[in-house]
Amino acid sequence: MAGQLHDSDFKNPVIQWIDTRLPIFTMMQKEYAVFPTPKNFNYFWNFGAMAVVTLVIMIVTGILLAMNYQPNTELAFDSVQHIMRDVNYGWMLRYIHQNGASMFFIVTYIHMFRGLYYGSYKKPRELLWMIGVVILLLMMATAFMGYVLPWGQMSYWGATVITNLFSAFPIVGHGIVTWLWGGFSVDNPTLNRFFALHYLLPFVLVGVVGLHVAALHVTGSNNPLGIDVKSPQDTVPFHPYYTAKDSVGLCVFLLVWAIFVFFVPHALSDPNNAIPANPLQTPEDIVPEWYFLPFYAILRSIPNKLAGVCLMFGSILVLFVLPWLDTSPVRSARFRPIYRKIIWLLVVAVAGLGICGAHKPEGIWVPLSRICALYYYLHFLVILPLLGKLERPLPLPESISKAVLRPGGGPLPHGATAQPMEKA
Amino acid sequence: MRAVASFFTAALLLGGLAVVPALAQESPALPHEQWSWEGPFGTYNLADAQRGFQVYKDVCSNCHSMNNLHYRDLAGIGLSEEQIKAIAASVTVPQGLDDQGNPKDGPGTPASMFRAPFANPAAAKAALKVAPPDLSNIINAREGGPNYVYGILNGFTNPPPGFKLAEGSNYNEYFPGHQIAMPQPLHGGDVTFADGAPNSIPDEAHDVVTFLAWAADPNMVQRKQIGWRVVLFLVVMTGLTYAVKRKVWSDVEH
Repeated sequence: MAGQLHDSDFKNPVIQWIDTRLPIFTMMQKEYAVFPTPKNFNYFWNFGAMAVVTLVIMIVTGILLAMNYQPNTELAFDSVQHIMRDVNYGWMLRYIHQNGASMFFIVTYIHMFRGLYYGSYKKPRELLWMIGVVILLLMMATAFMGYVLPWGQMSYWGATVITNLFSAFPIVGHGIVTWLWGGFSVDNPTLNRFFALHYLLPFVLVGVVGLHVAALHVTGSNNPLGIDVKSPQDTVPFHPYYTAKDSVGLCVFLLVWAIFVFFVPHALSDPNNAIPANPLQTPEDIVPEWYFLPFYAILRSIPNKLAGVCLMFGSILVLFVLPWLDTSPVRSARFRPIYRKIIWLLVVAVAGLGICGAHKPEGIWVPLSRICALYYYLHFLVILPLLGKLERPLPLPESISKAVLRPGGGPLPHGATAQPMEKA
Repeated sequence: MRAVASFFTAALLLGGLAVVPALAQESPALPHEQWSWEGPFGTYNLADAQRGFQVYKDVCSNCHSMNNLHYRDLAGIGLSEEQIKAIAASVTVPQGLDDQGNPKDGPGTPASMFRAPFANPAAAKAALKVAPPDLSNIINAREGGPNYVYGILNGFTNPPPGFKLAEGSNYNEYFPGHQIAMPQPLHGGDVTFADGAPNSIPDEAHDVVTFLAWAADPNMVQRKQIGWRVVLFLVVMTGLTYAVKRKVWSDVEH
């Protein structure tokens, strides 16, 4: 049975020939060129695109690094030194990749904050948000295993501490740890499998990011007002409006990244990881990279190991149910006078946890990390469900374009906004 | 967590560490030297680095390896090909196996790795009780970097009255816990420099730290040069894309 060829609008005969058989050009045109996007994004909406670009850069530099890296406990540390010293521009690849992990988390955390602030996780974008949490978990696993590969002291001891967490689970715990290690301690089999998984997971990430974007293109983007798009007046085509705006943010982001790579490449790394792994010598304090510190602080704030592990993982798992914990029908914090303030308390709590995580769990840091961890859970499990019922939101604007034409008389609308209202 | 902690404690005790943390004894603040390579324009002072290599070769290398460096790398501190060949040829290094399958030694070439004083860390430990750390990355591998290493080299003093030094350790102001296995390496006048530069302890320490900083980060100068071009490019790109964005958005009320 002969299929129906796609009816392509492209004029170029080669593109048209392909497009009638495989309408990828039509799809790109629809999803990225004319894709109607709310016209009131602020620069917070740049961070998704930045994260995608970071993922691509990490994969490209990572593949090039893998060509020169040896996943073997005897060779790993020196092979990284070989990359840094002898491989042409190896130092650049490695510094881009190493600092890129930090950049990836900065961008992702800001992207998530954007989602929290403007209520992007609320109906109908619950699944979109949940896929995002899956992305975060995959990123964390990938970053953790990548950090083990240079086989420095922190690599080794970080891997030991984190994999040991699973031993907290009753009965099966120790079996899980042995299974993860591929032996009875972190050793060559562990390093070898971490390398394999560190190479694999970014491609899984690409797939899940694809789902994230696909889901986004069903619901459409949220926007700083948090109200639905009501008419074509509320939107602009993605290209050239947001390709142009994303490019600005992207350039600034790459600038920040470049300053780290070329001028302070060690600013974010622990000196202990410049010492080869030594299973007989424990560093004075084992700390993860900065992006894991808040979670590490939650773990260490609880005297019971199993409870600490559960609360640490729970701090991310709670995000999965966030769309149902937040009972307020209003998305954007702009129209939620109380939420708008207390979200900053959450930021303070997470930052506080990060600072606590960098210090040994003694003295003031123990009660401080407990207070912050408590507030973190309080925010999601108590405050959000209640606040939606108690808070009186401000009146929402009628539409994005109405809100844009600021009351009190701005210049008359012209161009795209000067068209008569259409029925959506 | 307790199981993990006790495991660490056991590992710590088994480790035969040089570090015995003496919590009561606080270290003074590290000396803060002016280093030529600091800041976005800084470069290595090559004369200092060359003298520092001489200090390393004559003093440090008797106990410390630098396994990540090859003699050819010394071109990076401005030594000529002839100088490098001569330096490499003056040492005997392992050269694989001979026809009979026995390990073979021979004079080094520029492609040889720096000669290591001991065949492996176990041999070093057997001879010296504590294996001296490899110096290839020492500047990156210590909190405080160059200031820390400079402090250690200058920090050997008599212990304060009442301080109990453990057998085989030495007192150092800047070492965590103050008890360091390394005996004082520099005494001043250890090396006579061809250029007649002063060779007091601080001078020798300054030179060898410069050399070690280069060794830990030999591509720094190139990195910063490329960095400036990348930064300038991105600044211009940011300006251009912002102008384009303004132009594109000029017909939309937003």
